[in-house]
Amino acid sequence: MNPILNVRQLTMDFGGIRALARLDLTVNHGEIAALIGPNGAGKTTFFNCVTGLYVPTSGDVFIHATPEKSVRINGMKPHRVTRAGLSRTFQNIRLFKEMTALENVMIGRHCRTHAGIFGAFFRNRATRDEEQRIIHDSYRLLEIVGLEDQVNFRALNLPYGDQRKLEIARALAAEPRLLLLDEPAAGMNSQETRDLTSLILKIRDEFNIAILLIEHDMKLVMTLSERIFVMDYGRKIAEGTPEDIRTNPDVIRAYLGEDSHA
Amino acid sequence: MIDTLLKSLRTALWFMFLTFPILAVRIDSLKNAVTVRWPAVIILGAVIFLISVLWHTAGLVKRSWFFRFDGFKQFIQRLPDQDALSPFMIRTTLGAAAVFMISLPFFASSYQTNVMINALLYVMLGLGLNIVVGLAGLLDLGYVAFYAVGAYLYALLNLHLGIGFWIALPMGAALAAFFGILLGIPVLRLKGDYLAIVTLGFGEIIRLILENWDRVFKGPSGISHISRPSLFGIGIMESSVHHAIIYMYYIVVVLVLSTFFFVSRLKHSRIGRALLALKEDEIACQAMGIDKMKTKLTAFALGATWAGMAGVIFAAKTTFINPASFTFMESAIILSIVVIGGMGSIPGVVLGAFFLVLLPEYFRELGDYRMLVFGGAMILVMVFKPRGLLENTKPTVTYVSQQTGPDTP
Amino acid sequence: MFHDKAGYFFELFIGGLTKGSIYALIALGYTMVYGIIELINFAHGEIYMIGAFTALITAAALTAFGVTHPLVLVSVSGITAVVYASAYGYTLEKVAYKPLRNAPRLSPLISAIGMSIFLQNFVLLAQTSNYIPFPNLIPPLPFLEPVSHIMGTVDFIILCTTAVIMILLTFLIRKTRIGTAMRATAQDKTMARLLGIDVDRIISFTFITGSALAAVGGVMVGSKMGQINFYIGFIAGIKAFTAAVLGGIGSIPGAVLGGLILGWTESFGTGYLTSDYEDVFAFSLLVLILIFKPSGLLGRNTTPKV
Ligand SMILES: Nc1ncnc2c1ncn2[C@@H]1O[C@H](COP(=O)(O)OP(=O)(O)OP(=O)(O)O)[C@@H](O)[C@H]1O
Ligand SMILES: [Mg+2]
Repeated sequence: MNPILNVRQLTMDFGGIRALARLDLTVNHGEIAALIGPNGAGKTTFFNCVTGLYVPTSGDVFIHATPEKSVRINGMKPHRVTRAGLSRTFQNIRLFKEMTALENVMIGRHCRTHAGIFGAFFRNRATRDEEQRIIHDSYRLLEIVGLEDQVNFRALNLPYGDQRKLEIARALAAEPRLLLLDEPAAGMNSQETRDLTSLILKIRDEFNIAILLIEHDMKLVMTLSERIFVMDYGRKIAEGTPEDIRTNPDVIRAYLGEDSHA
Repeated sequence: MIDTLLKSLRTALWFMFLTFPILAVRIDSLKNAVTVRWPAVIILGAVIFLISVLWHTAGLVKRSWFFRFDGFKQFIQRLPDQDALSPFMIRTTLGAAAVFMISLPFFASSYQTNVMINALLYVMLGLGLNIVVGLAGLLDLGYVAFYAVGAYLYALLNLHLGIGFWIALPMGAALAAFFGILLGIPVLRLKGDYLAIVTLGFGEIIRLILENWDRVFKGPSGISHISRPSLFGIGIMESSVHHAIIYMYYIVVVLVLSTFFFVSRLKHSRIGRALLALKEDEIACQAMGIDKMKTKLTAFALGATWAGMAGVIFAAKTTFINPASFTFMESAIILSIVVIGGMGSIPGVVLGAFFLVLLPEYFRELGDYRMLVFGGAMILVMVFKPRGLLENTKPTVTYVSQQTGPDTP
Repeated sequence: MFHDKAGYFFELFIGGLTKGSIYALIALGYTMVYGIIELINFAHGEIYMIGAFTALITAAALTAFGVTHPLVLVSVSGITAVVYASAYGYTLEKVAYKPLRNAPRLSPLISAIGMSIFLQNFVLLAQTSNYIPFPNLIPPLPFLEPVSHIMGTVDFIILCTTAVIMILLTFLIRKTRIGTAMRATAQDKTMARLLGIDVDRIISFTFITGSALAAVGGVMVGSKMGQINFYIGFIAGIKAFTAAVLGGIGSIPGAVLGGLILGWTESFGTGYLTSDYEDVFAFSLLVLILIFKPSGLLGRNTTPKV
């Protein structure tokens, strides 16, 4: 197993609230893992710390470009984290609402392309070619998530489920090695959730990347994940295969204590 | 009906009450006497009553506004759209506009040509600020500072070193861009309204320095006898002011056209898209790998560049500058051009500039009421068209299947 | 008598305090409105100017009708100014901001700038563009005679009035029902609405309160400076906003603190350094604060939720 993300003793405080408490977590190359826990457990906060949107109070986050070479990314600016190979979706969808689906994905290509001001003004050969490639690649991604008929639709006009898929396509455009999905199935009906399940598998296989997802839909989590991390009150309370987790007494207690659908 | 009348009466009475002391009571502080002008208040009340009745009964006011402007908006928006208008139509329209612009100085008086130069200058300023406010969504209330940088640079270089317009133009652009970056680095970390106020503060600081540092900037009396642009080294000014104005006019036309060209290319580029995205959601942008600071700085510096150029032109056009031309009001007017026209929309900026510059100019009969009408119009346009007269709705790229080239307008 | 140096210092100190109190009064209007609807009410300075004009006009009218008793003059013109400024503030919100509650963020700001231009020119046209002498409404208080070179009667009245108003305002916001509703609305409009608070009424009330305070400021500046014109609202408005930001926008003690610091900065800056750059001191202070502590002196520093 070679790790792609390695988190050690990650802690995050907001004023008096400790949202993450000495969290350790490792995601391996090419695996699908899930992060679950009751509402307010700190899952989203974990994503925000890892992607650089929050600066963690203490602890370390490493990304492994190769098994030997690792980069410490905590404290790094979010755009550099993305460039280093992490990209994400948001729990409360954050698309560029006034832009079309295609444009949204094209923004995702930004960090892997180069044209600057000079290119913008003079549209030299290289710039035109790059722009073509961006459009082509973005369209490909929209095809993969099944939005090829909505390329020119504005994001705000897409139904909820499609918006979630568009966020995934946009995140993929940044060529991540690890894709972080925050509640991708939230607000989807059961058919859409089933489609999403196969989409996530397809993405993993086609791009050969690791996926870490936060999800409350236990069926989806149990079907997809190879490993599951459980959080409660900012701490990791369990880790293991779906089978381990299902029978873990701590997990049952955490969920029954707060939330009945475990 | 009775209801409407009562409501209107109430509105009218309210406004009569509001305006009474300031509108009706005139004090003569020398003679210590007070006169009351009843007619003014009564006329105002009657007008408000009438508008209110019309508004409530038929929605007349509302409808005429909306319909006229929507039709107009659609017309303009379709102009560059291949489906809506035949290429022939487009070409004729653009051709007619071009002929008009080119021939204007031959049938218009010097005065009118000058007014047109002014309008075009504001188009240029508007397009420049549009990069900052319209595309990147950064509210800059001190834009006029960069305009001043360009103007004073040329004025001083011309005064002390005799440097001409054509050399000063790129220098003004570069210096303004440099100032843009210098100012941008500390302030662009601030969000929204704070940015607005800091830029306003900087704008005022620059103006106050110009006003008070007499030894360098000549204080409130400003710098005069700035050279007009020369043509291949020959000073035109000497021959006649009329010719100089015509020459200036063509220079401005060319510069405005190139501004159009560059700004619309910018908008449909990778950087332009990043700017638009930044306006919508900074956090998502960062998460998508966009360097927020760098992108904002780019926008700021580009906006400043055009303001700097416009400043050089302004100095060359009026041959006289002083700090009074660079007040906050100026920034407010340029900003209004962008917002009233429709943020991010290039035809919108043109419309906004003409609206705000030509209207007060040709309604001089309104005399002193110009600024009052101007302020009122700003409120009305915002209340009825909060996204501006020509909303920016076109995507930067449209995907056409089997596509060979991006369909960028 | 003081030594000259100490005397000068105290003079500047009191001067800054007076000035700062007025900035604080105007700043409160900005901070309260911003706290509730996150809008820089650009026309707030104009409300202050209209307050000053209304007081002047009322006083002149009263004098012309033969009323000369100072106490009557002061109280009637002061109250008229407050009433009118509040009415303007109320109307201003209804006309220029309320229709734009859900518009893009820049739109209400533009409409506010439009309103500011409109009101300035309204006063300019209806009255005059020249400075008008402001009547000296307040008779000198005899017990201030010994210190008159440091603190004049007007300064004394300004300080007392401001102090009283601050106490009343704090009481209003901390202890009354409507104050509680205001605080709730400032924190979370949706939640406040769900709890049955009439948010529109609270917003109106905020504008009215802020405008009333600005009018008091206007009357006091008029008395201190001895003259007013249609343009006094603009600079005062920007400076008061600076004070609000300095203290931490949305924070009421912040506005007061910001006003005082600004007043002193200007007073000492012009007194000891150079008088040419009075306004530059204010703006430089603003810029520095925003760059180094964007949330202001008493503002809270929070991580925006993602
Ligand atoms: N920016 C912030 N400022 C203050 N507190 C915060 C912030 N972000 C998160 N929190 C707090 O941290 C805790 C964890 O929140 P988080 O959003 O990470 O939970 P979650 O596990 O994602 O819950 P859910 O399943 O509801 O999405 C909560 O108590 C929340 O209020
Ligand atoms: Mg969450």
